[in-house]
Order: sequence, then C-alpha cells, then structure tokens
Amino acid sequence: MKCLALVRRNLSELVRDPLTLFFGAAFPLVLLGLLTLIQRNIPVNLFAIESLAPGVAVFGQAFLTLFSALLIARDRSTALTQRLMASPLTGADFILGYALPLLPLALLQGLLCLACAAPLGLNLAHLPLTLLVLLVSSVMYIAMGLLFGSILNDKQVGGICGALLTNLSAWLSGVWFDVKLVGGAFYAIANALPFLHAVEAARAAAVGNTAALPGHLAVVAAYAAGLLVLAIFAFTRAMRGGKG
Amino acid sequence: MNAIETHALTRRFGDVTAVDGLDLAVAQGELFALLGVNGAGKTTTIRMLCGLLPPTSGDALLMGHSITGDTAAAKKILNLSPQETAVAPALTVRENLAFIAGVYGTSRKAALEAADQMIERMGLESVARRRAKTLSGGWQRRLSIAMGLITDPEILFLDEPTLGLDVLARRELWEVVEGLRGRITVVLTTHYLEEAEALSDRVGVMASGKLVALDTAAALIERTGAKNFEDAFVVLAAGKEGR
Repeated sequence: MKCLALVRRNLSELVRDPLTLFFGAAFPLVLLGLLTLIQRNIPVNLFAIESLAPGVAVFGQAFLTLFSALLIARDRSTALTQRLMASPLTGADFILGYALPLLPLALLQGLLCLACAAPLGLNLAHLPLTLLVLLVSSVMYIAMGLLFGSILNDKQVGGICGALLTNLSAWLSGVWFDVKLVGGAFYAIANALPFLHAVEAARAAAVGNTAALPGHLAVVAAYAAGLLVLAIFAFTRAMRGGKG
Repeated sequence: MNAIETHALTRRFGDVTAVDGLDLAVAQGELFALLGVNGAGKTTTIRMLCGLLPPTSGDALLMGHSITGDTAAAKKILNLSPQETAVAPALTVRENLAFIAGVYGTSRKAALEAADQMIERMGLESVARRRAKTLSGGWQRRLSIAMGLITDPEILFLDEPTLGLDVLARRELWEVVEGLRGRITVVLTTHYLEEAEALSDRVGVMASGKLVALDTAAALIERTGAKNFEDAFVVLAAGKEGR
C-alpha cells in the first residue's frame, strides 16, 4: 500500500522529535509521580491512583493533537506536500498516512502511563478494556490534530494546540479536580465538551465499571466521529489548495 | 506520440486569467525550458500538468493520459522537483529516496534497493546516512532531484532546480540535468536565462498567461535581432518584439 510509505515516514518524523518523547511519554509520567507524592502527604483522597492514572493517560493524549497538527502544518508550509500531491497518493492515503502513525503512539503512551501507575497501586485487571477506551479518545484527539493542522500554520498550532487545547483539556476534564464541585456554567460547559467524558470513560474502564462506561464513551465516540468528518473535509481542502 | 500536449489549457482565478488557452507540444526525451517573468503563468501551467490544480477549461495529455480524465494514470508517469526544499527533514537521504519510491507503489525492499542505486548514480554516498535537515542547500537540491528521478518517471518537472545555489553547485546540477537528455522528458522552469540556454533543446516564453515564443534559444536570438539570449527574452517577455 502506498500509504504505508507515508505512515512510515510520519512515524519516523514523530518519534525522532524530542518534543514527542518528552510531552508524549515523560511529561505525563512526571505528573503521575508528582501528584502521587502529593496524595501521600495530604489527608483527603484527592489524587487516588485509580482516578489519577486514567485521567493522566487521557490528558497525555492532548499532546497527540499537538504532534499531528504540527506535522501537518509544517508539511503544508514546505514544498514536500506539493511533491506528494503530484504523486499517485489518493486523499484516503493522505488521511490514513497522517492519522495511523498516531494510533500506536497513543496505545504506547496509554500503556506506559498505566504500567507505571501499577507500582503506585493501580489494579491492571481491566487493562485491555482501558486501552480500548483510550483508543477511542485518541481518535478524537488525532482528528483534532488533523483539523487544526489543516487550517492553522505551525506557529498558530503551537498557540492553539500547545497552549489553549492542553489547558482546556486540563481544566475541563476533571483530571485534577472534581468539576461538579465547581458546578454552574463551568460544569455545564465541561459536561458539554468531550474531555470530561473521555476521562470518566477511562476511569470507568480502569475499574471495570461497565455500567458507567457506555454513556461517557458514546459522547467521546460521537465527538471523535464528528471531528473526524470535519478533519477530513478541512484536510482535503487544505491539500487541494496546497502551495505551488 | 508527444510526451506533453496541451490543448487550449486555461486557468482562471476569479477575474484573472493566469493561463490563457495554452497550446504546446513537448517531444519525448526533450529538455524543454518554460520561461517567463513572475506572474507569467508558468508555475500555474506546471501545477496543472502535475495534477496539483485543475484547469478551468482545456486539457493536457501526458504520454496520452489526460490530466482531467485520467489523472491517476498521468501521475504515475510524472515526478516533480519543486522549487523550495521538498525533503522530509528527519529522514536520512536513503530514507527520503525510499519514501518517495514507496509512495509510487514500490515495495519496501525494492524501494531501498532503488534508493541505493540512486545514491550511487547521484553521488550521494557521502551523505546517504545523514538526515536531510542537516544537509547544505546544494546537497538538499541534489537530493530533491534524486527524489524526482527515483520513480523512473517518463516526464520530470524541475521547478527552479538551481535557485540560490553557488556557481559550483549549479554547474554540478547542470551536469545531472544534462545527463537526462534523451532519456526522460524534462520540463525546466528557471529565472537563470543562461541555464535555460545551456540546457534546453527548446524554450517556451510565457507572458500574461500566453505562450508568446517557442523555439531554440539560438532561433529566438535571431528572431528578435538581440545580442544575446537575455536581451531576446526581455524583448519577448515584455512584448517589445517588432517595435
């Protein structure tokens, strides 16, 4: 398959970027370790590992958006896209070529985060289910990356995905605090967006709570599907209007 | 059969006609230079021929394949070395070559073999294991042309292949391009008139979206009565012929 060559190239670009290694793997683990240490020194159960670890795993996926958006935006700013557009690659080859390399990275990122949480007390009995749920949320974050990479330049991607999205994903996801306790409009907004549901789905999966899982997962899957459609539309448009 | 034939090829952007009813034929194995000042329509022409931009009207045939009706077949036989750096920065020279062979459908093993052959043919041995982003402009341009050749295209578009290179690097690349004569149909766009004169079999001059002259460089000098090719180009591109 022609798209495999593009998949291989994009995967190489991603894993050879120190930014990917730090924010994709090291940063979530640092957060996990620090917050576990804090938990040990406070009397209330604020950062219980079964809530914290799946939450950090989802939060780490926000960086997948940054990585994929940066890769696409950088490619669009060079003539490489022009070269590829003149090749026999089809639209589907392009979308798969940019999206597929992120999936193994997402799985690896989730696995690493949960595996490192095991010595801190996380029960891995429901690891396959949790990874499956993380895969769904990763599609949502990757679709956001395709979308932002298609409509923004690489400097704008840094601001929107690097700062705004990671903050939105942090504040409105309930990873660090219970958004229900804030209540009001804040909770309403958090509940309407997918970040909180992605975290709650991962938490439900991690403890095998199959009753709570479908509702949250449905919201995440719906957002993932919607964003993917938008991303394909924006990506195709961006590539057709590529430089030259 | 001609390698390239355009029939009333036209592209409009709103009220602006970038390419206006272009009729052109380029023979197989010909080294053809397409010249014009900025905005003359040559880049738009190349973009249409490479399938990057659909024509507003008209058509072009690449080895008999229509760019409007059979784009997929046309794309298989062409390759392009764009004006700007068009390499994957984190890949090595060898990986870049294998990558392009791969996107044209070559298997991984065959792509790596082709990459090794191209490295030898283009004299890239000393930088084969280096990542593209660490190469000088000259090496990157040489790699870019090698990436255009690795798919063994029947038609190769070279857009400003020596732009920004020093005179030695430029002469080295001239030798590479010269070596393609008769084997591959090459369409060259350049702002260096001495490059077009030295390398091309024929020259097409575009102005305001139209082809205003088409002949050998020597014939164009004679036709305009100019002292040299640069003067002939100025006469033709500025529409001063016969004044």
